[in-house]
Amino acid sequence: MNSIILLSVLGLGNLFLGFRRSNRLLLPVMMLILGLVLTVNFIDWNEGAQPFFNGMLTIDNFSVAFTGIVLLTALVLVPFSQKYVLDGESNLAEYYSLLLFSLVGAIMLVSYNHLLMLFLGIEILSVAMYVLAGSDKRNLRSNEAALKYFLMGAFFTGILLFGMALVYGATGTFVLSEISFAVQNPVNASLTPMLYIGMLLMLIGIGFKVSAAPFHFWTPDVYEGTPTFFAAFMSTVVKTAGFAAFLKLLVQAFPAANAQGIWLPTLTAMCVLTLLIGNVGAVAQTSIKRMLAYSSISHAGYLMIALVAYNGQLEGASANGILFYSLAYSVATVAAFGVVKLVADARQREDYNGLNGLAKTNPLLAFSLTVSMLSLAGIPLTGGFFGKFFVFSAAVENGYIGLVVFAVLMSMVSIYYYLRPIIAMYMRDTDATTESPVPVSTFQAGALLLLAALTVLLGVLPGLVAGVL
Amino acid sequence: MLTVLLLLWPVAAALLLHFFKGRAARVPALGAALVEFALAAYAALTFNANNSGQFSFNLNWIPSAGIHFAVGMDGLSLLLVLLTAVLVPVILLSAFRRNFENESVFYALVLFMQTGLVGVFTAQDAFLFYFMWEVALIPIYFLAGVWGGVNRARVTFKFFLYTIIGSLFMLAGFVYLYFQTGPAADGLSAHNSALASFYALNLPAETQVWLFWLIFAAFAVKMPIFPFHTWQPDTYTEAPAPATMLLSGIMLKMGIYGCMRWLLPVVPMGVDYWQNLILILAIIGIIYGAIIAIRQQDVKRLIAYSSLSHVGLMIAGVFSLTQMGLQGAAIQMLAHGVNVVGMFFIADAIESRTGTRNIADLGGLTRKAPVLTVCFLVLLLGTVALPLTNGFVGEFLLLAGVYQFNAWMGAVAGVTIILGAVYLLRMFQRVMLGPDSSFTETFTDLTGSELALLVPLIVLVFWIGLFPNTFLHLSEGSVLNILNEVVKR
Repeated sequence: MNSIILLSVLGLGNLFLGFRRSNRLLLPVMMLILGLVLTVNFIDWNEGAQPFFNGMLTIDNFSVAFTGIVLLTALVLVPFSQKYVLDGESNLAEYYSLLLFSLVGAIMLVSYNHLLMLFLGIEILSVAMYVLAGSDKRNLRSNEAALKYFLMGAFFTGILLFGMALVYGATGTFVLSEISFAVQNPVNASLTPMLYIGMLLMLIGIGFKVSAAPFHFWTPDVYEGTPTFFAAFMSTVVKTAGFAAFLKLLVQAFPAANAQGIWLPTLTAMCVLTLLIGNVGAVAQTSIKRMLAYSSISHAGYLMIALVAYNGQLEGASANGILFYSLAYSVATVAAFGVVKLVADARQREDYNGLNGLAKTNPLLAFSLTVSMLSLAGIPLTGGFFGKFFVFSAAVENGYIGLVVFAVLMSMVSIYYYLRPIIAMYMRDTDATTESPVPVSTFQAGALLLLAALTVLLGVLPGLVAGVL
Repeated sequence: MLTVLLLLWPVAAALLLHFFKGRAARVPALGAALVEFALAAYAALTFNANNSGQFSFNLNWIPSAGIHFAVGMDGLSLLLVLLTAVLVPVILLSAFRRNFENESVFYALVLFMQTGLVGVFTAQDAFLFYFMWEVALIPIYFLAGVWGGVNRARVTFKFFLYTIIGSLFMLAGFVYLYFQTGPAADGLSAHNSALASFYALNLPAETQVWLFWLIFAAFAVKMPIFPFHTWQPDTYTEAPAPATMLLSGIMLKMGIYGCMRWLLPVVPMGVDYWQNLILILAIIGIIYGAIIAIRQQDVKRLIAYSSLSHVGLMIAGVFSLTQMGLQGAAIQMLAHGVNVVGMFFIADAIESRTGTRNIADLGGLTRKAPVLTVCFLVLLLGTVALPLTNGFVGEFLLLAGVYQFNAWMGAVAGVTIILGAVYLLRMFQRVMLGPDSSFTETFTDLTGSELALLVPLIVLVFWIGLFPNTFLHLSEGSVLNILNEVVKR
């Protein structure tokens, strides 16, 4: 709860800083705020479950851990907005405050206990994202992305809300534990179909937010148009919070066998489809940003394996798998988007060849992107390997061997497109547009080194994070 | 603890090498490799050949999953660690002649890879083994891809894809095995991945039959066995000489070692089921590699195919499941490592002096470079398996092992010696003897440092050839243990 209060207050304060029109002050203040909130967040660690707002939110280890991931992601992402600072972007304070507010939404998503809070969390997170997607006002693509994301988002919010209404109609409650009770002990059996439809509609609503197929179609276009900095935020923070919310919903509201009989096959089918579309789609891309968008779809697929392999508790293999995977994925994705942004800003190119010879001009950027690509591909020595390992072993333990085999095949495909940037950076020579070094500030270099170090640390000592829940 | 030191030292040295730029990294890199050699030599001197697992170390790595950082050495591990420790300084020295870009990074990657190699040879935990297996792969991808020839991007990509797909199959196999094991000793987790627990599993034969291929896939690609070999000649040719030496001298042994340690004792019934098929594939590889080698015009490609042929015999020896076959494989791993690294070094020496690897362009080197000729001849005869050289001991034991399993197979496999002599001596004749060519007019003999590099290899050629027992008695206990595990079920 500390983090929600602090973020709201400091976010408002941050808005007032905007009056000073001093962009140079904003970046360090933003990092200070995030660092402070991240530290304060862990005060609640191991304090047991603390209910707030009549039990509509519960702060427990689960929510503290996921809050930690989203805050950390935001903290390491912020340095890459430096170009806005230098360009004298006049709305920077507003952008930053929107990010802080959207983090409040993310925290509500990982700690909700009442469907209203789930809805509020999703809306707080999404509305900020609709605005930020269109923040590059003069760019037609950014406008298109914002409009597309907003229309689609509003539509799927409606579906989510409709689902909640049906669930409420069938169970008479919005509280997760009471829904769970009502599902197991139906008062009126004729309402059960309504309950199931409501549940599936909610699944669709959240599936859209985490870009799971077949509700993924907005992802590549929106990511491509959205300014890279905010696209990175979307693909990490929104996804992490979305999956935590997903798991909470399934574990706390619909664990009953009859409900599971409906959502489990649905989710498994979505998972297979997501893996297929994400990985196969990424192969065909020429723009790195679009590749990262498809890659983000494919990682939603891997995370869904952990949902499928769920064991009925908020602690244990599934939750730990999602936690570790989200952390490893976020860390690697921020580094990837960060490097792509720096290169795109300097070279005005977003295709693979724009990276040619980067190892010669900017060894640090090349190294950092390499580590992040290897991690996303799931090669040992990086966090991504253990992320996949934990998720897959949770699934194998629960008997989903076929699904894991398919996921392994898909990760073989993924190696193809994750190696392409590495080949461009290390094995191709520079050309006229790529021979000058990309400018990198100390903040950004520090953030990239930290991300690479974190990725390797997670890959060498996974025990630090694995099994905390 | 010594094993941990052997593992940590190269990676620490690789990180420290970052402070030396370009050529200044040469001496510290070599120094680090020599320290590693001293450590390995110390391990060999204090090793008790009558005992199995020594210098063990066990640390809880991922407590919640029962995965341990467990390392230790028996005789077989020790032999391969020694081979790595001897060859890495030689490989580093061989790189000194070239003027690479970013030399310090190159050496750091070689040292980093050494950690992965030593890790593979000493791991006592399945996930540590898999982890180290991949740790060895990443540096070689960059070594070959960044400093390689014109087609490097395409060729190394193929290599990476082949090996990683093989590895993923192995991982799947290990995960399956992992879930069949009991709780870890400390009781913190439901399963554990220790080598001993894998050995203790008693899986039904039908399971082992398919499990065999999951685990074998990674080893098959790495060795490589026919028909998984297509990456090999291209990669050997395109990679820079030091990377080729690492690949052929040490990395190839990871596959054979893997079969001996992680395949035969873990899925013995699967091995029994597929034994004939693997032997036939290995023998096809022997003959096929040799016949293609005869037709090669490129010195490096010729050695690559000869390596394919020789590794086939080692695989056949391992899968003969006889003591002689396994012992032969153990000693032949050393001999082949020494010989192939020496041969690639000389091929590189010729290429760097003349600018060509084409056999037809060369000739008459004997008169210009008598020292080089002698060194080349010794290594070549070692490869041809002349008695009193290192190759003879290994090939004799291997063929005896295969013969013991099946006389016909032994006879066909034996053709390798004849064919080997054909292509190697033919190459020697056309490169070293005969009339001068325009490329060889200004040819100079080996320099002092090059000779210093070859001398230890030549000493090893004769040492292994004359006193094979120094090495054979080290691996004997391990080989018997492995065979015991195989026949126990």
